Amino acid sequence: MFKRGVLLLLTLAGCLGLLLAAGCSQEPETIKIGFNVELTGDIPKVGESAKFTAEMIREEINAQGGLEVGGKKYPLEFIYLDNESKPESAVNATLKLVEQDGVMAMIGPNSSKCAVPAGGVCNERQTPMISPWSTNVDTTKGRPWVFRAAFLDSFQAPVAANFAAKQFNAKTTAVLFDISNDFSKAMADTFKQVWEAKMGPGTVLAFESHGAKEQDFSAQLTKIIAAKPDFFFLPDLYNHVALVVKQARHLGYAGPFMGPDSWASAELMALCGKDCVGQFFSTHYAAAGAQGATKDFIDRYKAKYGYVPDDVAALNWDATHIMLQAIQNVGKIDPDLSAQRKAVRDALANIKQFDGITGKMRFDAEGDPIKCAVVVRIAEDGQFIFTESVCPE
Amino acid sequence: MEYFFQNVLNALQWGSFYALIALGYTLVYGVLSLINFAHGDIFMVGAYVAYFAATMFLGEVGLGPGVTLALIVPLTMLATACVGVALERIAYRPLRRKGAHRLYVVITALMCGLILENGNLALLGASRKSFPELVPTTVYAFAGLSVTNLKLAVIATAVAAFAVLHFIVTKTKIGLAMRGIAWDSFAIPLMGVPPDRIIVFTFILGSGMAGLAGVMFAMAYPVLEPYMGALIGWKAFIAAVIGGIGDIRGAFLGGFLLAFLEIGVAAVFPSTMRDLIAFSVLLVFMWQRPTGVFGVARNQKI
Amino acid sequence: MQKYSLNMAMAAALVGVVALAQVGAIDLYVQSVLMFMAINVIMASSLNLVNGFMGEFSCGHGGFMCVGAYVGSVLSMMLFTDSHLYGAALLPPQWAVALFPLVLLGGGAAAALAGVIVAVPSFKTRGDYLAIITLAVNYIVISAVHNLDIVGGPRGLTGMRPTIMAMGQVVDLPWMMIWVLVGATGCLFIIRRYVNSTYGKGVIAISQDEIAAEIMSVNTNRLKLITFMVSSGLAGVAGALYAHVVGYLNPGAFDILKSTEAMVMVYLGGMGSLSGSVIAAVLFTLLLEVLRPLQIYKWVIVPLILILLMQFRPEGLMGDKELSDIFPRLRKYFTFK
Repeated sequence: MFKRGVLLLLTLAGCLGLLLAAGCSQEPETIKIGFNVELTGDIPKVGESAKFTAEMIREEINAQGGLEVGGKKYPLEFIYLDNESKPESAVNATLKLVEQDGVMAMIGPNSSKCAVPAGGVCNERQTPMISPWSTNVDTTKGRPWVFRAAFLDSFQAPVAANFAAKQFNAKTTAVLFDISNDFSKAMADTFKQVWEAKMGPGTVLAFESHGAKEQDFSAQLTKIIAAKPDFFFLPDLYNHVALVVKQARHLGYAGPFMGPDSWASAELMALCGKDCVGQFFSTHYAAAGAQGATKDFIDRYKAKYGYVPDDVAALNWDATHIMLQAIQNVGKIDPDLSAQRKAVRDALANIKQFDGITGKMRFDAEGDPIKCAVVVRIAEDGQFIFTESVCPE
Repeated sequence: MEYFFQNVLNALQWGSFYALIALGYTLVYGVLSLINFAHGDIFMVGAYVAYFAATMFLGEVGLGPGVTLALIVPLTMLATACVGVALERIAYRPLRRKGAHRLYVVITALMCGLILENGNLALLGASRKSFPELVPTTVYAFAGLSVTNLKLAVIATAVAAFAVLHFIVTKTKIGLAMRGIAWDSFAIPLMGVPPDRIIVFTFILGSGMAGLAGVMFAMAYPVLEPYMGALIGWKAFIAAVIGGIGDIRGAFLGGFLLAFLEIGVAAVFPSTMRDLIAFSVLLVFMWQRPTGVFGVARNQKI
Repeated sequence: MQKYSLNMAMAAALVGVVALAQVGAIDLYVQSVLMFMAINVIMASSLNLVNGFMGEFSCGHGGFMCVGAYVGSVLSMMLFTDSHLYGAALLPPQWAVALFPLVLLGGGAAAALAGVIVAVPSFKTRGDYLAIITLAVNYIVISAVHNLDIVGGPRGLTGMRPTIMAMGQVVDLPWMMIWVLVGATGCLFIIRRYVNSTYGKGVIAISQDEIAAEIMSVNTNRLKLITFMVSSGLAGVAGALYAHVVGYLNPGAFDILKSTEAMVMVYLGGMGSLSGSVIAAVLFTLLLEVLRPLQIYKWVIVPLILILLMQFRPEGLMGDKELSDIFPRLRKYFTFK
């Protein structure tokens, strides 16, 4: 009995020891950047895209000997931590990166549910952070250390509404969203607001929702189809989109669909097939007919991992490159970590213009990007064809 | 009126899935009083096995879609039966032998489910799989209703599976043994019935059902992901309990009841309130009928 | 004197941890892990009251945590912070130092009331049928929060951190750490006293045989009501603490997964063993944190480890024993029962 107790205590002590020993500081010979990604949990695909993209950047830059800062090349060291798509886990992962691993800056988390608390930690601990994909206002609001790469709902919703009104000559619409998903709910709300301001109250004929990871939407769709909207706005993740579109067609809906950037994944066409052809969505970039750096990125990603990168990958690419750009702009690597972090933050805020693969962008005072949105059409061959571009004034 | 009947059809289809999965739950529960929380994940494994078998038969072997379908159904059921039996042998049986409280076995089942989910994620990556279309979908529209051939097939499968299981449990010798163990697991071995063999048979049957549900599900909702079984597994567990857990009729009816409740609420009330209302109704129902629809309160000896 | 020595040693250890945190000897990451550990201790031991001591199978504990978290946060934001949701602070923010327990108690009280929703059906409904009711309550709570735009709905709720900051401005101490440790110790104290009281004996009698207990003049309905309320109330306190540690709430964080985690900790520690729950919560949290670098494989290896543990200790780490049963010498210093 006694032995067992001692064993237990030893295990406990060992675990604690591991925890404490994990972080030891050293001279800055490499540039450490932390990645707080969703590898397990609700949206593992997002985490995978983020990690794949970051690995690609790291290998590419390290193959050239590292990132050149102030005339000296520093190899990149990327640390990936899984946040399990849980807020508390995201906080722990952030603290581990910031306090123990001593990263210079952090990329991620992607989902708002993790990015909001992680942003709070980064702001308190004065470490620059870019969330590539989060659209929740609270992520960056009043947090000078936190930036984001995706545009906000308040910009994207009018783009979608204006385009749909013009393209489909629509007066009425219906919305189906995922109530467990922060992005989906906010997009649906903003869109409804914009549409009713434009077309008058009561023109959103149905405003329905479904829960997390659900696969059957027949009740909601029956309701929506009975309301006979001119078009169907679907702010949902692409895996749900594939199911919703198919089921709506089976239930007899023949009208058009319109979606936001959550549709933008090459997987959409693999899952949805011909049912999604001819639909439109607003997004960050159009993969088809892309040129220059964007095309280069798509080709290399496809060669390496076997599929066309999605929006998450593109935004992560841009977020990481802006961060590296900011580090280069600082021009030196300060051995004092907190001074270096401060310098990187200031450099980030002062970037005048960044040519990313999702377009030209810079940050406003809140750390939100000012960039253009595009509307794309899904062509017969599954390509996303550029249709229209809308830029903020 | 059309709206009403359309939703009845929707509920029948969705209920068929709940029923198919709940049947597997209830079989295992009936014999072992074990809530096999890994059941939803065995269902997921079924969908994935069907996916790989179907793409292989269609692509490399070059069979027609009809033959493929005929082949993958037994194949998937066999595969999931193997998974179920393996879990029973590796994880549940040793615990049972040691006389652990049944809830420890339940927790072990939960852990097995996690391993299946995340093992899949680690092995196959996070990309979702798209199930190939084996039967061309035809939409029948009449009197303002629309229904696909797939929906009818799913409903028919559920009814057939229920009929077969009901026959096995009530009319065959092995079914008698299963009911016997459920009734008294100490006395039945004394009557010369090998309990382990019956339990393995139960797992084969129950997990086979999960495999069948997996194939049908993959055809009706062709987006596969590692966590697809988790939520529907919990819901099917709820369905099995509403019916009166351990009773085959209960699981079948409970599946449809839950689906009618969920779809009915979403059809009448704003769908944002669906869970709130549906589960409140469920709560009141369970409170008023503490043993479900078919469950019988057992006499308790003191 | 010996009776109090272990209590004093524990108090000294807690003060020591706070002191170490204050001088910066343990960094914020370790502090954060310690805080989540303490929150998990509350979750596991409060669930153990129902699942272990009373022998019911509640699988919706996350729902009560959610109620406590939201009510606690709203209280804290109303009382001590100027927020865009609830207007100006009702009290001077500095008072938070003294009045923060009100927030915790408010969260706990609300969750205890929510516990009544489960307790009343439990008079008639038992076993796995009751499990469904607890599950339904978990769904109902989350769905209710989704529909309440005043607490942010699916978008989540932020703005609890300023309360903690305000405390830091009065006296510079690791306040969150202090409250979490005080909360955990208090909860353990309540549970231990409850289990060892006459009520506790009644609860254990219910787990053995409810009808027999009834005949022996145990008022089972009343006991069930109280036990469910205590258990869910403590989960609510854990929720209020969680909200202030993370600084952000999202209903999705309290779904069945959270309830499952609490269940795993209870059964890992052993049904009806308070020290078991504490050890299991500490071990489980540590394991998840230490294995984080394994990324996806973590969630394959952790269940595997737990399954193996179950094979070797089929009644959990401690069974239904307390530490003092395993190390009788401890009894000299401390009475667990």
